Amino acid sequence: MSEMRYEAPKTLAAAVALLAAASGGARILAGGTDLLIQLRTGRIEPSLLVDIKGIPEMTSIVADSSGFRLGAAVTLMQLTEHQALAQEWPGVIDGIKFIGSIQVKGRATLGGNLCNASPAADSVPALIAAGAVASIIGPAGRRETPVAEIATGPGRTTLTPGEIVTALLLPRQARHSGDAYLRFTPRTEMDIAVVGAAVHLTLDERGICSQARVALGAVASRALLVPEAAAAVIGTRVDGPALACLAEAARAASQPIDDKRGTREFRLRIVGVMAQRAAEIALDRARRNS
Amino acid sequence: MIVASGLKYQARELKIVGTRPLRPDGVDKVTGRARYGADISLPGQLIGKVLRSPHAHARIKSIDTSAAAALPGVKAVISRDDFADMAEEYAAAGELTINFRDVTRNMMAREKVLYDGHPVAAVAATSEAIARAALKLIKVDYEILPHVIDVIAALRPDAPLLHEEQYTEGVNPRPARPSNLAKRLEFARGNVEAGFAAADTIVEREFTTKPVHQGYIEPQACLASYSEDGQAELWTSTQGHFVFRAQCAKLLQMEISKIRVTPTEIGGGFGGKNNIYNEPLAIALSRKSHRPVKMVMTREEVFRATGPTSGGHVKVRLGATRDGRITAATAELSFQAGAFPGSSVAPASMCAFTRYDLENVRVIGNDVTVNRPKVAAYRAPGAPIAAFAVESAIDEMAKKLGIAPIEFRLINAAREGTQTYYGPKLGKIGYIETLEAARAHPHYRAPLGPGHGRGIATGFWFNIGNETTAALNINEDGTATLIMGTIDVAGGSRAAMAMMVAEELGIPFDRVRPHIGDTSSLGFNFITAGSRGTFAGGMACVVAARDAIEKLRDRVARIREVPLEAVLWKDGHAVPAEGSARQFAPMSLAEIAGQAGKTGGPIAGHAELNVQGAGPGFGAHIVDVEVDRQTGSIKILRYTAVQDVGRAIHPAYVEGQLQGGVVQGIGWALNEEYVYDADGILANPGFLDYRIPVASDLPFIDTVIVEVANPNHPYGVRGCGEVPIIAPLAAIANAVENALGIRFYDLPMAPPKVLQAIDEAAAAASKA
Repeated sequence: MSEMRYEAPKTLAAAVALLAAASGGARILAGGTDLLIQLRTGRIEPSLLVDIKGIPEMTSIVADSSGFRLGAAVTLMQLTEHQALAQEWPGVIDGIKFIGSIQVKGRATLGGNLCNASPAADSVPALIAAGAVASIIGPAGRRETPVAEIATGPGRTTLTPGEIVTALLLPRQARHSGDAYLRFTPRTEMDIAVVGAAVHLTLDERGICSQARVALGAVASRALLVPEAAAAVIGTRVDGPALACLAEAARAASQPIDDKRGTREFRLRIVGVMAQRAAEIALDRARRNS
Repeated sequence: MIVASGLKYQARELKIVGTRPLRPDGVDKVTGRARYGADISLPGQLIGKVLRSPHAHARIKSIDTSAAAALPGVKAVISRDDFADMAEEYAAAGELTINFRDVTRNMMAREKVLYDGHPVAAVAATSEAIARAALKLIKVDYEILPHVIDVIAALRPDAPLLHEEQYTEGVNPRPARPSNLAKRLEFARGNVEAGFAAADTIVEREFTTKPVHQGYIEPQACLASYSEDGQAELWTSTQGHFVFRAQCAKLLQMEISKIRVTPTEIGGGFGGKNNIYNEPLAIALSRKSHRPVKMVMTREEVFRATGPTSGGHVKVRLGATRDGRITAATAELSFQAGAFPGSSVAPASMCAFTRYDLENVRVIGNDVTVNRPKVAAYRAPGAPIAAFAVESAIDEMAKKLGIAPIEFRLINAAREGTQTYYGPKLGKIGYIETLEAARAHPHYRAPLGPGHGRGIATGFWFNIGNETTAALNINEDGTATLIMGTIDVAGGSRAAMAMMVAEELGIPFDRVRPHIGDTSSLGFNFITAGSRGTFAGGMACVVAARDAIEKLRDRVARIREVPLEAVLWKDGHAVPAEGSARQFAPMSLAEIAGQAGKTGGPIAGHAELNVQGAGPGFGAHIVDVEVDRQTGSIKILRYTAVQDVGRAIHPAYVEGQLQGGVVQGIGWALNEEYVYDADGILANPGFLDYRIPVASDLPFIDTVIVEVANPNHPYGVRGCGEVPIIAPLAAIANAVENALGIRFYDLPMAPPKVLQAIDEAAAAASKA
């Protein structure tokens, strides 16, 4: 019978020290909505749980002129209730709202959703499309890395042993910009994305798309940033032909698998549909954002 | 003595029946105080866990439990050697029949494991963690065998064989070789060849449905305590504690009087809690460890090892004349029974066409063993599978003939006196009234949006009665305590029973407190199955109330020194009969009860019945759908369920039954299915990937209660819980056909399948 130790450090330094000393076998506990299930099914048997919810830096939201600093252990419900964030980054909130139930969102965190590294994580594509950056602390100090570069595959990340994502950094939303995230699931709620698509775009004064980022979920081993799909709408009015090109580029970039949640063929069929519909919502939001 | 068969329906003015009071179990459920299976604990209890087969089909060469037994904290380990082998012996369990030879093997594998999740051993330990660790120490040597899941594949001559001694029953001569076809049933009437020859149009189609689970929210949970003098107490979440007692007694070779079963609140069952699983294991572990043993299933265990319903394959052939008369109908239903024989193919076969008045019918039912958990009853067992096929074919036929679907059904509708093809003539039924109410509903006429589709389908279910008991104790203050033996499976039957008793006694509803008695407090009750709860339970409660009233009148006759005939019971009082020469001052129930001790002792009413005269129920459903042509996603826009329930004692809880049945049917139609991998391992044993509908998937389910009283019940009750799950599968498929022009023959109509069909239809159209 193996024993599991539980620690709830009050500072980042203490958390890093605990993780560094554990030499593997330690897991970070934030909301626990993924971790507890993995524990219960016996998929993981850690020797140490480091609960980071008692660390103030990780559980606060800071909004200033440079943007938003979202503590990695802030609950998703708190994020959905942050009015300025919802106003500027509705697409990020779209993704957050899709995660689990109200009860699950009352526990789950952005940092957890990112570091669990599921290819279907609903909050990740919109963060990538928004150009969000992860703030990381570890035995070697602090660093910042684009969210798109955290996950490398299912359950795998570029984080090194002892590193913790402390916050997600979002810039201020530019004028005439909008974002959106859509996913396909057989059910309307309480489901895992079969395909997810996030689009962020900016229009110039004439209504021409001057900047765009397109990110896809659940169609590869990790969420993908797809510059080809963005290129399809940049310089256009994001009209029918441009959207068709965006959809096609999204399909071309996808490398989905067959699994119990969907076939490769089906995912390829609908990834373009979801990307196009997300772009239409982002476009509408950009036009309203003057 | 009140004779139940004398309790015919009588229309009369009612004060309580038909109103909507709050259910007696409601507050405790809302506040969290209600005790479900897992809420019961005893001092010193151990935790029991089950080791389950990781293979779909394998021979057990050996089981070594020594290392597990040696683990500190482990107090007992059991496997096949701890249970007696059982001979073939059949017993009723809900709507399905069980065979103890198979029940003991399903509870704990003997020669072979027959499905992923089949119990192989169990341990009781001082903590769940130790119990889990002990399971890992049990060494089972398996010889893996080829497996088969699909029902048609299992019928092939070269299919892997589950039971080497299984020779098909119901065929003559007996087959030369064993096979997975356990039983073949045939129901026939008239001459189908002549009927088809007389037809102007024939529709012939094949349909398949996937296995689906009952999806109750509360996993099975029980607690057993076996004492040193050979007595066992069991607390469990069950639909039938008397039947569980009988099964445990048989499997453990105990006398029935030595087992007392107390039912807990039940968090849903839908047929899935008609069968024992961990209960005999918990008693055996307690017997071996001398400690109480608690066993709570995980959701994964519920999916892997408790009864889902069959996946089915149904061939239907219909013939009809130009003017809309069905001249012949045949069907062949092949159902997965799971690891052991005994699927719901028999009731499904009997339900297939019993909405129609047909001269020429033949239905064949095949009961097929496959490497899946043994199926259990699921709400109108088998009928939705049969109705999906038949009501889809009826829709197609109506379309071919250019007759509106409700009109086509009315032309052929079963009515009082219709001869069924499985035996009895139908008594007073309300199918026509139900169809007419559907046709008159605003939904039937409401304009459809662009690209939307509307579908109609109907369902029939027998409903049943069976053994039922009740006791009604008149308390000293004139209140009444009702002890029922039929489980309230959370549909609200406690409220309905108390309402009928209050109506009989003429006292307010809240003066009657209903409880479910344990197995030592009442005589045997059959399982709450077959929509019998309010029908049969209600009959027993009315009989008990009338028995009490007779005793109350007798007591007053003696107090007032008048003949019994001079005393009437009215509005909670004993009053002098009108016009009687022997007038006296009326006495209230409370007055009589207060003096009971001095006038002959406590007063109680009793009923011990085998209730007969169940009235069949019929439903007609209307549904509107929208199909997302780019993703294949189907949205239910509007749903109306119309049903003849005989009489709604508590209309709100009847509406709840109709809505719940519809929702389960929607899940079956659209998303629910067991997914097996290539090794026969269940790939989606959880609610994340086994997709029952969530609230946001559904519109408000509108209901229309039709009341064609059952003449064989004092309040006209038929029963209502099962009919509403029968029609949705076909109604939705018919609506999708109406929207897309594409008919789906295979469930679920999941988005990938729908999208592929849309693509294929578009490709075919562009070629043409």
